[in-house]
Amino acid sequence: MSEQENKTTYLDKRSSRRTFIKNSGLTVGGVVLGGALGSLLGKDSTSKTNETGVHSATTSVNFNQALMYFDKAQFDTIEAAAEQIFPKTEVGPGAKELLVAYYIDHQLAGSFGLNSKEYMTGPFFPAEAVPQQGYQTHLNRQQVFNLGIAALNTEAAKKSDDKPKFANLTEEQQIEILKDFEADKVKLNGAVSSSFFFSLLRKVTIEGVYADPMYGGNKDMAGWKMKNFPGHQSSYTNVLEKDEFVKIDPMSLNSQHQH
Amino acid sequence: MATKLPKTDIVLVGVGWVGGIIAAELTKKGYKVVGIERGKERSTEDYFMAHDELRYAERKEMMQDLSKETITFRHDMTKRALPYREWGSFLIGEGTGGSGEHWNGQTYRFLPYDFEIYSETVKRYGKGKIPKGMMLQDWGITYEELEPYFDKFDAMTGISGEANPLPDSPQIKYPNPPMLETPAIKLFKNAAKELGYHPYHMPSNNLSQSYTNPDGVSRGACQYCGFCERFGCEYGAKASPVVTVLPVAKETGNFEVRTHSVVRKVLHTNGKATGVLYVDIRTGEEFIQEADVVVVSAYQMNNIKLLLNSQLGRPYDPVTGTGVIGRNYAYQTILGTAVGFFDKEFNLYGGAGSLGAQIDDFNGDFFDHTDLDFLHGATIQITQLGDRPIANNQIPAGVPTWGKEFKDASVTNANRALIVKAQGASLPWQDNYIDLDPTYKDAFGDPLLRMTFNWKDQDRQLMKFMGEKSAEIMKKMGAKDIKINGLEVGDYDIRNYQSTHNTGGVIMGSDPETSALNSYLQMWDCENVFVPGASAFAQNSGYNPTGTVGALAYRAAEGIEKYLKTGGLLV
Repeated sequence: MSEQENKTTYLDKRSSRRTFIKNSGLTVGGVVLGGALGSLLGKDSTSKTNETGVHSATTSVNFNQALMYFDKAQFDTIEAAAEQIFPKTEVGPGAKELLVAYYIDHQLAGSFGLNSKEYMTGPFFPAEAVPQQGYQTHLNRQQVFNLGIAALNTEAAKKSDDKPKFANLTEEQQIEILKDFEADKVKLNGAVSSSFFFSLLRKVTIEGVYADPMYGGNKDMAGWKMKNFPGHQSSYTNVLEKDEFVKIDPMSLNSQHQH
Repeated sequence: MATKLPKTDIVLVGVGWVGGIIAAELTKKGYKVVGIERGKERSTEDYFMAHDELRYAERKEMMQDLSKETITFRHDMTKRALPYREWGSFLIGEGTGGSGEHWNGQTYRFLPYDFEIYSETVKRYGKGKIPKGMMLQDWGITYEELEPYFDKFDAMTGISGEANPLPDSPQIKYPNPPMLETPAIKLFKNAAKELGYHPYHMPSNNLSQSYTNPDGVSRGACQYCGFCERFGCEYGAKASPVVTVLPVAKETGNFEVRTHSVVRKVLHTNGKATGVLYVDIRTGEEFIQEADVVVVSAYQMNNIKLLLNSQLGRPYDPVTGTGVIGRNYAYQTILGTAVGFFDKEFNLYGGAGSLGAQIDDFNGDFFDHTDLDFLHGATIQITQLGDRPIANNQIPAGVPTWGKEFKDASVTNANRALIVKAQGASLPWQDNYIDLDPTYKDAFGDPLLRMTFNWKDQDRQLMKFMGEKSAEIMKKMGAKDIKINGLEVGDYDIRNYQSTHNTGGVIMGSDPETSALNSYLQMWDCENVFVPGASAFAQNSGYNPTGTVGALAYRAAEGIEKYLKTGGLLV
C-alpha cells in the first residue's frame, strides 16, 4: 500500500491539529493555547506511531520518476556519481535505490537550479576570490552541473576507450575520478572549479537521501528509516526523558497535508 | 514622486522583536505607531507544513531574498570584498516577527562585566592587558540599570529556566520552570559537576508549560518536535513577536503594519528626522511616512545600511578609528567544540531550540585571565535541538566525507554522537568594521554594506582553550571517541553556518565621539531617531543576543515616550 492509501486507516483515529485549533475556541488574541493541544497530541502520538508496512510492496507507478531537467545521459552520469557518494551498503540503500538522481533533476529544474534567491549580480571575480568568500561564479547551478557532468565523461573517456561514459566505468574508476574532482585535479573552466561542482553534488546527494519524500528522493522514507529518524511527528514530550532508544516509524508531510 | 502619507507619532523600520516591543509598549500608552516591514505578514497558521528540513533549513524559506539585497565580505582592507551570494554563516529573517520567528529561543542576559568591559578589564588587569587595536569600551549603562528591562522581557516571553549556580553570577528568577532533562543533558550535567563546574539548564524561550504573560497572552507548552531553529513554531510555544507583542499592539487599534514595504532612507533636515522613504514592492510605488520619531528596528546589518545610505551619523573610518556608524562590528567566536561518539543510542531526533544545559564558569571574567592570552570567554553547552537528517552527519576524525565509510559512519552515529560546544565572545577591533561597498548595489540601486572581518589571535586562542575544555567534559561523559574542533582556526569562513549573532555598527555609549547612541538608544546626532537592536552592542558576549536586544528595546520604548513628552537629548 502507498502512504496515501494507508493513511485513512489511522487518520480516523487521529484528531487533526488544524481542525482542533479551528473548532476548540482555545485561542486568546489569535494565539493558540498549545498546552491543551499539546497534551492531547502527546497522548495520541504514542498510539499512532507504530504503523508498520506502510510503504512496503508498492505496486503503483511512481510518476515522479521522469526527468524535468537532465537528458538521459546526464541523468545516468549523476545517478552513478551519487551512488558513489552515498552507496548501498549493509546499513541500508544507496542513492540509486532512494531515487536521489530524480531528486537532483527536480531540484535543478526549479528555483534552486536557476539561483533565483541568490545574489547573481556582477561583476564576478572567481579567480580572485578566496574559498571563504563562498559562491563567486556567474554560472547558476544548472550550468555548473552541465559543465561538471561533461567533465566527468571527459575524464571517463581517458580511462576507457570502449565504454567512454562515466556511468559505464568500474566502481574503482568512478571513485578515482570523483576524488580528482574533489581535489581540484580536473579543470572545468575559469569560472568554476571541479571541487566546487563536487561539493555541490555531494550536498544535493545527501539532501536527496534525507529530504521529505515529496521532493522525489528518500524513496518510501527509507533514508529516514535507515537513520531511525521519525520524520514529521507532532510531539516527543513523552519520549525525551526515556533512557532507552525509542524507535518510531517515520511519517512524511503527506500525512499532515491529508488531515 | 513619492506619495506623502499623514504623519504618525512613531514609524518603525522593521517589525521583529524590537519593532514589536516598541509597538506594544507605545500603542498601549495611546501613541500611533506605523510599522514598515519588508516581508509578509506571518501567523502560526503558516507553519503547518513547517517540519520540512529541505525547505526551511536548507533552502532558507524564512530568510531574506538575497537576489534583492545582500552584503559583501572580505577578510581585510587590502582585499576586494565580494558578495555573500548564498546563505551561509548567518541567516537574516524577514516578514513580521523577523528573525524572532526562526530563532531557537536561547535567551540570556549579558553579564554586568559585559556592560563595563573596559573599566572592569583595566581595574583587574591594567590597561596593558588590552591588546593594540582592540576597541573595548563601556556601554554607557550598567547591568543594574538594565535589570528591570530584562525582567520585563523575561515575563513577556515567559522564559523557562533555573538559577545559575555559579557564585557571583546574577541571580535571575524565571517565570517558568526549566525544560525536560534528557539523558544526554543529564550526562553533561553530571560530568561538569564532577569536574567542579556549575551546570544549569539553558534559559529557554520554548515554554516548559502553559503560560499567560502580563499582557494576558496565553501560550501552550513546547512539544519538543525538533523543528525550531530556522522554522516557525506551529504551536506558538516558542516565543516570537507574532504570538506575543504584535497581537497586543494590534489590539489597541493604534498600530498599523505595512508589509512588502522596504525603507530606503530616513529623511532628515537640520539634525532631525522627518520620516522615512519606502517602496511598496508589490506596486513599485514610493511613499513618505512622516513621524515625530523614527525607530530603526531592522536586523543589525540593515540598521547600519539604512543609516549610511541616509547619511545619518558619522561613518566610521578604520584608519583613524574615528566616526561611529559601522564601528565595533563583532560576531560569535563559536568554533571550539568536542564531538563525542557513544555506543548508546540517544533519542536525538527530538528536541527543542533551547533544550540544553551549560556552564558559565569560563564566560566573562568568572575565571582569571592573568596568564591567558585572550579576554572574555565562552559558555560551554550541550543542546538537544532535534538532529535533522540532512544536516546531521557526524563522523569520527579520519573518516572520509563521502563514500562507503562515510555512509556507514554517518548512519550508525545518527543517534550516537553528542556535541559539547563553546559559544565565545567576539570582541571589537579597529579593522573589523562595516561600511558601504563601492561596487555592488541592491535592487533599488543603493550600495550594499561591506563587511571587513576576520578572526584575530584573541579568537583563535579563545576557541582553542574552549575546544580543550569541551573535550575534557566530553571525556568525562564517557565518549568512546572524541573529535575536537577549533584547535587550529584559520580565516573566517562565510560559507558555513555559525550563528546569526552579528553585533555592533551603531553602538551605544557615554561619549558621542566613540558611540552613535546614548543609553536610551537615541542617536546623539539626531535626537528623534532611536536605533535599538544588536547593532547597539559595543561588543559581543558568550551568549545569544536576543535577551539583551529585548531589554534594550524596552529601555528605548521608555526613552521614546520621554522624548515625545520633553524633546531633546535624554542623556
